[in-house]
Amino acid sequence: MQNQDKVPDDIKLKLYELMKKTRATEDRIIALYRQGQIMGGVYTGRGIEATTVASALALEKQDYLFPIHRDLGAHLAKGQSVLNILLQYLGRGNSLTKGKDSGIHVSDTHLNIIGNVSHLGAMIPVAVGAGLGKKMQGEKVVALNFIGEGGSNVGDFHEGLNFAAVQKAPFVLVIENNQYAYSTPTHKSFVVEKLSDRAKGYGIPGHHIDGTDALEVYRVVKRAIERARRGEGPSLIECKSLRLVGHSAHDDASYMDKKLLERWRAKEPIGKLEKKLIEEGLLNEEKIKEIEERITTEIEDATQKALDSPMPKPEWATEGVYAE
Amino acid sequence: MAERTYLQAINDALREEMERDSRVYLLGEDIGPYGGAFKVTKGLYELFGEERVIDTPISESAIIGVAIGTAIAGMRPVAEIQFADFITCGFNQIVTNAATMHYRFDIAVPLVIRTPSGGGIHGGPFHSKNPEAWFVHQPGLKVVAPATPYDAKGLLKSAIRDNNPVLYFEHKYLYRRIKEDLPEDEEVLVPLGQAKVCREGADVSIITYGWMVHICLEVAEKFAAEQGVEIEVIDLRTLQPLDRDAVLSSVAKTNRVVIVHEDNLTGGVGGEIAALISEQAFEMLDAPIKRVASLDTPTPYSPILEAYYLPDAEKISKAVSEVIAF
Repeated sequence: MQNQDKVPDDIKLKLYELMKKTRATEDRIIALYRQGQIMGGVYTGRGIEATTVASALALEKQDYLFPIHRDLGAHLAKGQSVLNILLQYLGRGNSLTKGKDSGIHVSDTHLNIIGNVSHLGAMIPVAVGAGLGKKMQGEKVVALNFIGEGGSNVGDFHEGLNFAAVQKAPFVLVIENNQYAYSTPTHKSFVVEKLSDRAKGYGIPGHHIDGTDALEVYRVVKRAIERARRGEGPSLIECKSLRLVGHSAHDDASYMDKKLLERWRAKEPIGKLEKKLIEEGLLNEEKIKEIEERITTEIEDATQKALDSPMPKPEWATEGVYAE
Repeated sequence: MAERTYLQAINDALREEMERDSRVYLLGEDIGPYGGAFKVTKGLYELFGEERVIDTPISESAIIGVAIGTAIAGMRPVAEIQFADFITCGFNQIVTNAATMHYRFDIAVPLVIRTPSGGGIHGGPFHSKNPEAWFVHQPGLKVVAPATPYDAKGLLKSAIRDNNPVLYFEHKYLYRRIKEDLPEDEEVLVPLGQAKVCREGADVSIITYGWMVHICLEVAEKFAAEQGVEIEVIDLRTLQPLDRDAVLSSVAKTNRVVIVHEDNLTGGVGGEIAALISEQAFEMLDAPIKRVASLDTPTPYSPILEAYYLPDAEKISKAVSEVIAF
């Protein structure tokens, strides 16, 4: 049924470009990390771009996005600029957190993006609350939050989803099941076949989908968002993929199952969508080149601007602990 | 003026703030038709309805996390944690999310967490805790602990209007034991961060807060009557931010200090106050600083054990006598 919803052509092309941009930006971030320009941790979304980009693109402007550490694609899909992301990673004084927090731990209230803490599951109740808070004020805003299959084992997953279900909160939780929690494979984290089955425990809909298929993710997440917007309550969506690299840029992923990697590399999300869009006549070599040039230009400009940006002043460390 | 108990003063503050500002709402366990485990929210459900007095599942982390989310979205939540002991289940939300949100993201979290704390009611290890020091230690939080009905009302109203997360520790021993005439035709507001001189004196300063204020005042009267010693009693009222000036002014006046709190000694707020005085007023001291606090054990249940564990007039008097005799 869900597969019968048609994803508009312009959305298909947006998904493709955003996924390409996500990967190219992450490539640049890794290069800056290896050059010693970025001092903190780098966690990429290699292999899960379809999940992060398509979920966030399914949101409306007024909706809240609560991304986690691998979700650069979601930030970009909600409208964040590559420049702001690079300024964050480089800890510059003109970054959105003024150097106070790292990487994509970043909020942008103009885009309704609320950044995460490293205790990822702790964002679930907060995201539920953001949706509820708008509902209390009579606004039809939906909050979408991501969690990994690893993070789905913390208590806040249970408390947050149960609370959301009881209150019929306008909330969508997307599980990025990328099969490794740092080095821990799924069989050491849980024994259910599908994490989406946990939805039954809360009396809410659960969906298990291919997290490498951007169009399917877009369709299913969009439906869950609209359901939430109608006041029918939260949904849980498990997007299965595989993290195609290590946990972070310093992790060689030697512990990963090689056969599993091979199998999922064949399902790599960007190439898969590209192939489909070429078949549909929406993309050709020329158009791909045009998109790549646009992305390269943005990233080059952003990199230069970010590197030329000033560091924060040391005493800024003491500012903003309390609100006025 | 109307005579109000400490508990009624809290209820009045909640009602008045909910009437004043439609963004103020309550959430917590059993706070709706039941009126809360101690009946602090009694009658508010009937006045404001289930959308503004929300009964929640037993999920302290979600109560606080959801409250944070609604605050981000423009509401002004007042969350109740049924006993301060259970705040541990929501600890991560408070120190990780609420306390750092403004520092990192410039997003204010106007959140009040009310919770009944303290012993003296034979609640045993899990219904008696005074966990304030954990939160005083975390930058980004404010912490208040009222001792009187006036302050209970005035501090709660200020906490609700504050744009930061505020931990509001209400002492359950005081709920129905103390009464005070409160003004009816003017607003009761007590600013956060200001201590109060409850009793003036030139000989010894007792710095304290919460339930202990009342015991310290008894001790002070006894010393005045029996020995002509005038004790100054400072009620901190707010523990973060601490009214350093009030502490230092009193030390400058009396040169002798006893710090009293019901929380156990090690790592308690008293250590921080002693350090402040040592760093900034060492030359003014005529005697070493004394601390009186609960023992460094979990709170025991049996009344005999609990009385031995808690600070009392005798222990406080002994400490006062020692700083005088030094």
